This record gives sequence, C-alpha cells and structure tokens, in this order.
Amino acid sequence: MGARELLTFRHGVHPPENKHLTEGIASRRLPFPGEVILPLSQHIGAPAKALVKAGERIERGDVIAEAEGMISSRVHATASGTVKGIEHWPHPSGSMQPSIRIEVDPHSTQMQRPRLVPHWNEVPAEQLSEEISKAGIVGLGGAAFPMHVKLRPPKDQPIEVLIVNGCECEPYLTSDHRTMLEHPDDVHMGIRIVLRALGITRAVIGIEANKPDAIEVMRKTVPGDLDVSVQTLKVKYPQGAEKMLIKAVTGREVPSGKLPASVGVLVQNVATTANVARIFETGQPLIERIMTVSGRGIRQPGNWVIPFGTRLRDVIDACGGLTEDAAEIVFGGPMMGQSQATLDVPVLKATGGILVLSKDECKQQDILPCIRCGKCVEACPVFLNPQLLGSLARVERFEEMAQEADLGDCMLCGCCSFVCPSNIPLSQMFAMAKFQLNRLARL
Amino acid sequence: MSDPGIRLTASPHVRSAESTIRIMWSVVISLVPVIAASTYFFGPSALLVLLASVAGCLITERLFGAVKSSLADGSAMITGLLLGLTLPPGFPLWMAFLGGAFGMAFGKLIFGGLGQNIFNPALLGRAFLQAAFPVAITTWPAKPENWWTLQGDNLAWPFMSPVVDGVTGATPLGNLKFGDEPVITPISDLLFGTTAGSLGETSAVLLLIGGLYLAIRGHLNWHIPVSILLSVYLLSGLFYAIGISQFPPLFMLLSGGLMLGAIYMATDMVTSPVTNAGCWVFGVGIGALVVIIRIWGGLPEGVMYAILLMNALVPFINRATQPRKFGSARRKAAAARKGGS
Repeated sequence: MGARELLTFRHGVHPPENKHLTEGIASRRLPFPGEVILPLSQHIGAPAKALVKAGERIERGDVIAEAEGMISSRVHATASGTVKGIEHWPHPSGSMQPSIRIEVDPHSTQMQRPRLVPHWNEVPAEQLSEEISKAGIVGLGGAAFPMHVKLRPPKDQPIEVLIVNGCECEPYLTSDHRTMLEHPDDVHMGIRIVLRALGITRAVIGIEANKPDAIEVMRKTVPGDLDVSVQTLKVKYPQGAEKMLIKAVTGREVPSGKLPASVGVLVQNVATTANVARIFETGQPLIERIMTVSGRGIRQPGNWVIPFGTRLRDVIDACGGLTEDAAEIVFGGPMMGQSQATLDVPVLKATGGILVLSKDECKQQDILPCIRCGKCVEACPVFLNPQLLGSLARVERFEEMAQEADLGDCMLCGCCSFVCPSNIPLSQMFAMAKFQLNRLARL
Repeated sequence: MSDPGIRLTASPHVRSAESTIRIMWSVVISLVPVIAASTYFFGPSALLVLLASVAGCLITERLFGAVKSSLADGSAMITGLLLGLTLPPGFPLWMAFLGGAFGMAFGKLIFGGLGQNIFNPALLGRAFLQAAFPVAITTWPAKPENWWTLQGDNLAWPFMSPVVDGVTGATPLGNLKFGDEPVITPISDLLFGTTAGSLGETSAVLLLIGGLYLAIRGHLNWHIPVSILLSVYLLSGLFYAIGISQFPPLFMLLSGGLMLGAIYMATDMVTSPVTNAGCWVFGVGIGALVVIIRIWGGLPEGVMYAILLMNALVPFINRATQPRKFGSARRKAAAARKGGS
C-alpha cells in the first residue's frame, strides 16, 4: 500500500462523508409495523399486475403482484396479514401510485410459507435467472433495474467479468458497508451463483478505501475455489456510478449511450448479490433489506433491516423521532436521493437509506449569477460542460442541450450543483430539461 | 399534502461550502498586502487613489440599482481595487473615480451585471482613462521627501489641466524602451517594488504570494498565470537570445503590470475560458501579445490591451475547447464528424 495511487476515475467531488454516524452500528430488525403499503411499481420498467383482492389472507413471502412484460419485477408480501385493498398511495417518486395495502397480523409469527427452490448447482444456468426473476430481485444500489434482465446480455456482447459494487459513494449511507461486514458469505455465495448464471469465472469487488474493515473481511472470506479479487478504490463521488466503477477497475470507458455489456462487464451491487444467495439458501424472495437511517435530524441513527412497504412514519417513530431542527427527509443519499413530502410514503426495494437532514446540513442559499468559474466542468465525471448546459437550460433551449451539449450523457449525479459557488441548481435544471424532452418526444 | 415543516428540494441536498461571495472577498483579502506595500512605497496618495476608484465602482453599481448593496458580493470592490492598482500614485482623484464609474457602467452593468460581461471591467476602466487622460496616466512623480506628502496632482479639480510636477521618474519599462540611455533596472528592485510605477505594479513578490494564496484555496485557476508567465518568459527569451529584443526575459516577467495582470486581471473568472485547455490558449495568447506590444508597440506596456483582446476571444476559445465527453472518441474525430453533417 502507500505510495501506489488508488484506482479511480477522473473528475468527481468530495462531499463530507458523514458515515461515522452509523457505520459502526450493527443492523437490527425494525419491529413489524401495523400496516405495509406495497406499490406495484418499485422498479424500473412496467408496473407489476396485482394478483390479490381485498380481504385475502396472505403469508410473508407470497407473490402478490406478477411481473408484466420483459422489464418488470414481481412484488412479494413483506409481512403476513390481510389485504385491505389496492389504492392510490403516495409513492417516494412524488406521485400517487396503485399500491397493495396490507394490514399486518399482530399475532403472526411472520414465518414464510415453505417454498421449493432448486439447488443452484443442479439447474441449468438459464434457470438461475428465472429463479432470480421469480424472487423479485432488482438492483438495490438505487436504480432498481430488474436483475434477471441484466443476466441475459445480448449474444454479441459476452460478459467477461462481474464487478460487484461495494463503493457506496453516497455520503451518510452505510447499508452496503454493513452488508459486507455482516454477511460476507452471502455476498460470495451470490457471486458464485451470478458467475454460474453468466457462464464466466472472474469477479472483482470494488470497495472505497474508507471501508478498510469491509475490505479486510471480504478478502478473508473469498472461497478458495473462486477467482474473486477485492479492489480498493479511491474515496470519491460518484465512484459507485456504473461507468465510473468500470473505468476505475478495468480502465475501460463504456461508450456513450451504450451498456456496460459493450465492454464485457456486468456491475451488481453487493446487497443485491447477497440477496441472490438468500433465494437459494432460504427461499426468501426480496422482501426486506438493510437501510441506513441517518442524518442529524433523527434522534437515533442506525442500520435497520426493514420490510418493504413500511411507512416512513413508522421508521421515524422506531428511531426515536425527529429532532427540533429536522428540515428535510430524503430517500437515498444526499447527492441523488429524493426529498419526501409526506410521512405516509412507504420504503421500497431501492431505498438504501432514509436521511433526516437538519437545517444546518441542508442550508438554503441564495442563487447568484454564474461567474463562469469552470468548477462544474472540472467536477463532471462524464466530461460534459454543465456551465454551457446551464445557460441553455435557463433559456429553455432543450433541443440544443441534447444535440450539442450531450445532455443525454448526463446521469444527474449532482457533482456540478454540489460545487457551484453560485448555488445554481444545475442538475435540477438538467432533470427538468430531460423531462421536457421526453414529453416532447411522446407528443 | 406535505407535512408541516418538511422541506422539498431537488438533489443534491448537500452543497460544498464554497460560495461566490467567499471567492470575491478572499480575492479582496489577498490584495491587502499589495495595498499595504503600495501605501508604504507611495504614501497616503496610494490609499486615496484606491479609495476614489473603489468609490466610483460602488456608487455606480448602486445607482444602476443592479444590487441591493454594492458590498454584497464583493465583485465591485475587486474591480475598484484592481483599477486603482493600475494607476500611478499621483493620479488626480476625480479621474480615478471616473475610471471606476466608467469601468463599472460600460464594462459590467450594461452587459447585465455580475457574470455577464465580456471584458474585464477594471481594465476597461483603465483603457478609458488611458484614452482620455494620456498624460496624467503616464506621469510618475518623483518620490516626495516626506512619506505623508501627497504626490503629484491628487487633489486637482475636475477638468483643470493638471500641473505636472517638474521632476518625474520613469518606470523601468519606459526607461529601457524610451530612455536616452537604456537602463536595465536590477531584478531585486523589481521583486520588492522599490521602483517607480503604478500602485500595484511594483512588488512582484507580494503579488505572487497573493496569487498563491488564492490558488491554494481554489479561488484562482493557476493554469492562466502559469501559461502567461511561461509564454512571456520563453518568447522574450527567444527574442533576446537572437538579438531582436533588448529585454532580458526575467526583466520582462517582473516589470510593468505583467504580474498584476497575469495573477489578478486575466484570472477574472467571468472573462476567462471555462476549460483548462481553454485557459492555456487564453494565457499563451496574452503572453504572446504582451511580448509583441512591448517589443514592437508604440507603448512601453501592453498587458492591458493583451488581456482585453483575449477577453474578446473567450467565447470562441470556449467553443473550440469543449471537453471530450466520457466514452466518446477524441475531440478531433467528434468535431470532424460534426463538421460533415
């Protein structure tokens, strides 16, 4: 170690990490709430189709909504109880979405109905992705892309290496960190299964240097027969973004507009990988995960195993409530996470963290004119010119943003907004431009 | 719908501590040693000239109603101080005030205020003064006997022709270029500022320290001063070596307004390119123009015009030096593809 530079990508930013609030706190199970709300859309792609009706009795782990179409994902009951109905309910995305509301049976043991799962080593590789699809597994890193779709790459772009994403580059979040510390064997087992599903042999686990304990644990627990290396990466946001991680680990740039498969790589989050193992070990589909509850606006920060569908209100109550100066509640990390308007929203598959930021943590500052300092240009990890994009967005020249300033390559990571000394909400403007262009395209 | 007291904002929800206001005021702070030194060398005249040009800037910005308080973002303060530092100590105060007012009004406010201007407002103010009062701005009074004595025509009434003091001391650049017997001022004098010249032109060391402070804090793009100074050094070295010019390269670097221009004027964020590649094009252009004007021009000094000329080219430089987006071919190939369509 020491003199050698750690692997990383160019540009990026260094927001205060604030992981010390929760990184040392082992995950505990949150008490089952009185009610869970499960939106039919917890993933990228078509919403699932509900299979249950009001009044039906269901057990934990039962399928309650089936995937609809190629890119979609199943929804499972995350607690035993009675279906109260299917209704529109506040969704973390900010909209109202059809959701299955389940009244949790307070006397239930919350055991799953026993389920037959084939042994991972005895089924053909293609069937593994089928089992993963049945378990409703989506990417837990934030995007919630159905995992089984990724396991079937185009024939002309074979995958050569699996990169397991343990970067967790968003400040505050420590759920992936805890997953690696507490369930390293699940992660390795998940890697084994994914490697078999892809028909390849090599995997790399990328972890930022601020998690030395996780790096050590993951290194120690690599099974002798697996070709898995653990790669320490420089601490820099957004190191965990797919393209940035691939660049750091392999040195390859995913061509603009292409998928990681085009450079022979598949990236999978550590928590997702650990959940793959659980399907085959216990038959448990994706119904809960470790979430970080943090920020200076919550009384008891920590890492919790929370069933999906638990309302934000119940999570906050279980964590001691809000402090006096709590100002904003965010699902996800502070760089890309989404602000929540109501405490009735449920936590979902992709909710890696619940942040309650205090007034001091998310200061509101006046927006000043752009002074063309170029700090955004130096921060952008995909080498765009946010200064130019911003000045085009201000006058609503959206088409030019897409055609001449490569808006399509912007992943809304927020680096430009973070560094802007004039507090110009660049990534918000870009999100709006993308939205408007989508709308125009649909007309 | 929303629970009371919960704030809804777009991501990112955290921001760096950096702010435009902080950048502006740290530039002002970094100028304090330079101001102190010029007061030490030139007496209270220095402070009065600075005060007059700052007042011109602040009052004009306030009159235009562009801002609630001219001191809010510190940018008008910087313009005033930088303009003042380019003026000779004996400069009539009313002219300094007028220069500040002109620079602020025509250099910045008519473009739409902070962030919108093309030319460096301080230099535009100086260009106006140089055109309007060519004698006063090139008069370098000899040092008075007492430190506290006002120099030259500080207190001249507006529009009265200034009474030029019989004794004037020439600047090092003027000495070498137009003197009867060309003299090369010793480097140590140039470094520490014990020569005749404008307020902020004389001590290269203090200017360098101020620039270093800003660069370390990330408030100054070091690519610009480095590319300017390097190109001036190399070009003038080349011309000196082949006998075309009489200016030794180190003398070129340390004399006149080059340090002030390279460190404080050219690095004005608003009027310089946004990419580092662009900053090098910009810096080398300024360096070359400075050398050309100094050797072949009709003026002893060319930093001001070099920067103003390159300011005008910044939009084109920006266009030509866009970054190469991640996962795409080299810029050249992309440009060729675009040109074909």
